[in-house]
Amino acid sequence: MAVAARSIQRTRWIKLQVFRYVVFLLAAIFFLVPLGAMVEFSTRANDGSRTLDYWKAIPSYPDLTGAIAASLQLAVITSIVMLVLLVPTMVWVRLKLPRLTRIIEFMSLLPLTIPAIVLVVGLFPMYIWLNNNLSDSILTLSLAYVVLVLPYCYRAIDAGLGAIDVKTLTEAARSLGASWFTVMWRVIVPNISNAILNATLLSVALVLGEYTIANNLLYNNLQVELVHLARDNAGVSIAVAVAALLFAFALLVVLAFVGGRPRRVHDEPATALAGPLAASQT
Amino acid sequence: MTERSGVEVRLENLVRRYGTVTALDGLSLTLAPGELVALLGPSGCGKTTALRLLAGLEEANDGRVVIGGKDVTGLPANRRNIGMVFQAYSLFPHMVAWENVAFGLQMRHVGVDERKKRALDMLELVGLGRFANRYASQMSGGQQQRVALARALAIQPQVLLLDEPLSALDAKVRSRLRDEIRRVQLEVGITTLFVTHDQEEALAIADRVGVMQAGKLEQLGPPTLVYSRPATPFVADFVGLTNRMEGTVRRGAVEIRGASIPLVHPDVPDGPAIALVRPEAVALASDGDMQEGPLVGTVIAVAFLGAVSRVTVDLGDTTVLVQVPTSAASQHPAGTRVRLELRPDPVLIQREEAVPAAS
Amino acid sequence: MTVAGSPAVTTNVGRPFLGGRRFSLDWVGAVPYLAYVGLFLILPSVIIGIGALLDANNAFTLDNFRNLSRSYVVKATIDTTVLSAITAFLGAVFGALLAYAIVTGSPNGILRRLTISASGVLAQFGGVTLAFAFIASIGPAGFVYLFAQAHGFDFYKQDLWLFEIPGLDLVYLYFQIPLMVLVFLPALDGIKPQWREAAESLGGNTWHYWRHVAGPLLFPAFLGSVLLLFANAFSAYATANALINQGQPVLAQQIAGALSSEVGAYEPGFAKAIAIEMIIIVTLVTVLYTLLQRRTARWL
Repeated sequence: MAVAARSIQRTRWIKLQVFRYVVFLLAAIFFLVPLGAMVEFSTRANDGSRTLDYWKAIPSYPDLTGAIAASLQLAVITSIVMLVLLVPTMVWVRLKLPRLTRIIEFMSLLPLTIPAIVLVVGLFPMYIWLNNNLSDSILTLSLAYVVLVLPYCYRAIDAGLGAIDVKTLTEAARSLGASWFTVMWRVIVPNISNAILNATLLSVALVLGEYTIANNLLYNNLQVELVHLARDNAGVSIAVAVAALLFAFALLVVLAFVGGRPRRVHDEPATALAGPLAASQT
Repeated sequence: MTERSGVEVRLENLVRRYGTVTALDGLSLTLAPGELVALLGPSGCGKTTALRLLAGLEEANDGRVVIGGKDVTGLPANRRNIGMVFQAYSLFPHMVAWENVAFGLQMRHVGVDERKKRALDMLELVGLGRFANRYASQMSGGQQQRVALARALAIQPQVLLLDEPLSALDAKVRSRLRDEIRRVQLEVGITTLFVTHDQEEALAIADRVGVMQAGKLEQLGPPTLVYSRPATPFVADFVGLTNRMEGTVRRGAVEIRGASIPLVHPDVPDGPAIALVRPEAVALASDGDMQEGPLVGTVIAVAFLGAVSRVTVDLGDTTVLVQVPTSAASQHPAGTRVRLELRPDPVLIQREEAVPAAS
Repeated sequence: MTVAGSPAVTTNVGRPFLGGRRFSLDWVGAVPYLAYVGLFLILPSVIIGIGALLDANNAFTLDNFRNLSRSYVVKATIDTTVLSAITAFLGAVFGALLAYAIVTGSPNGILRRLTISASGVLAQFGGVTLAFAFIASIGPAGFVYLFAQAHGFDFYKQDLWLFEIPGLDLVYLYFQIPLMVLVFLPALDGIKPQWREAAESLGGNTWHYWRHVAGPLLFPAFLGSVLLLFANAFSAYATANALINQGQPVLAQQIAGALSSEVGAYEPGFAKAIAIEMIIIVTLVTVLYTLLQRRTARWL
């Protein structure tokens, strides 16, 4: 009798394990094969042998290198504007304007529910005016990109601020004679440095992967240029895409490493923030 | 209520291993029909494992489970006809109270009208007739556990298993629900195994208490006996507070600081030993010569616990906990000199630590 | 509030009164943020709302909305809805299976952490790179296709479906499945082992447990997840545009087309009307999702 029960539960356990590993195996195939295929494709010569020619050819496409440079600059500008806009406001709201918390949160998360293509439609006439009256530089795209990265950065910074007691820290610093600037720069920012780093990496990754807005506002950023180039030379195009992807993964590793190490207590789970890291948007 | 007489439950030499860890090391226990046995012990002592083996939620590596004379070792949980109350949060959150209680009847293909009626009866029994249409999220923790009790009893099980059903509740609710469980159990007359780490709970509710440690049963007996005649030092320590006092065994008694106290097991060889003395077996006196003597010391703390107080007395080389009526304690505030009187209740001695520690 | 005190009291209060609560200038701190968001998020929305009602001469018109009945827009709407529904449903089913495989493992296991991290990345992995990844693998020059073809299985014999809607059905699953894992995992984690044990001790078998307990508990969460995945697919543009450059079969591409004088007819008002159509559908689905999510939160 006892043997029978043992085999019932054992059979159930074995079935479950078989199910699990079949699922994981299929998932691994579905998700890893396309990624591996890009590497394979970008190193395959016409006769089927391995070659790095596509990779070596990257610098010989000036439009491409220009687009890469533009996207990198966009990433930097967007991150800076985002931080300057978001961090002081969020600290201030926590300290002095708790009534505004809900509004700020709502507005910050709103871009999640507005499809990028819809945002483009509203931005379109604004950018026509901007081009005619101020500047037609591609770098003006960062104005729109700040809105795009807002929800992700808001969450990252909110998590960071939630892990420290902003009010007490500020009151302590103020009572010791610190100015508001000192409070911000010497007390708050060092304590949420991980969150700031997370937010920055997220916005860099998002900007590097952005296609919808640039394409429809007629700017050639990295992703737009990749699509153009793919029509002439898919090999080079895919090589650059792989490079961008590796760069994003490197950011992910940095995030996991820096975010996971120094803080034991408020160890913000890197997984929650790793979200949009590979970050081309759909 | 349907008339129901309890059945005998036998656990025979149960062994359960998790990898290299032996959670249950040959446990044997027989519950008489209608009896409530509480298994008491620290976490990891194997008490929950024993209950889960009885329920069929886990399988034994060795041994048998016999319910009402029938070997059920090989039966899965859903064919053992056992009612079980879990620690907390076991109510199905998408069903109202009566639907929860009726679930087991539904599994037994009882018609919807009949099972609703019986579910409502069961809720009446646990005093929650008015809450039949509430969801778990609309009830307090204590109410949820009463519904869980009704649900377990609704299937008219042969055995009732309670797995720390009170541990997630706050103190006041806990003691009320404890008495409630006992009332219902006696009314139904069902053989019950109650698992807890709270000694007060176990002593208050059970016909017999089994104290467990490291997968083994250290002592099994009526609550009064387990408390006043602990079989092992572990039991003495775990059930109630205990002072450890150095002494010397001499002809069936132990001499502690000049006072002689009888032993539980008088047939131990003479020699140095540690005596385990209950705080309530010590009294305070302030008459006579208070300056000298081995049992004279200074009160260093008084903890007010309501009707009784716990007084800590410093004897110079050791401290002793004393539990006395609050009225008595109030005569000896911290700082006063007192003399301890040891009541001649038989005590247990511990040999392993008999070597005096350098203190 | 308005205590008109004696003169003595008034003078006492005098100075702090200005710096006090009533005339606080604290709100100034929020102005830069609000102004920015107002300019680049709210203003575009207002432009869409108003612009959809204007013709080329800025005169009021409803023509833009009437034009939504153009056959190619209707077709794009239907095709996009079907595409989103298929990928939402399949993504939800496969994602739920994957999530179940995760929760039945060790709660701190490496497999669980790895899968969740990967899902976090892949759920956002769309657009150009995703299109490239599938072109490089199962495209006409991809090694998977070449391999299959060499072994007598030519899955492009009929037509090159990768660059049509069926291709999107497959490619979208690449971000739909991980998104499902992320949104459904908390619900699965909320299922307590006691419920299964309670069901068992009350006489239920595995089928009873899923039929009466786990199934009904998880259903709202599952349905809500399907809706979220639907909205996700419905608003996607980059992947579709990078993969399909002919015919603009997806509604988001129709919006882009109406904005462009290259491909389309440059009808900005019409683009705004389609945008509003998209917002309405996405908002409707999102609201339903939120309601179901609330129900799930009460149970799990």
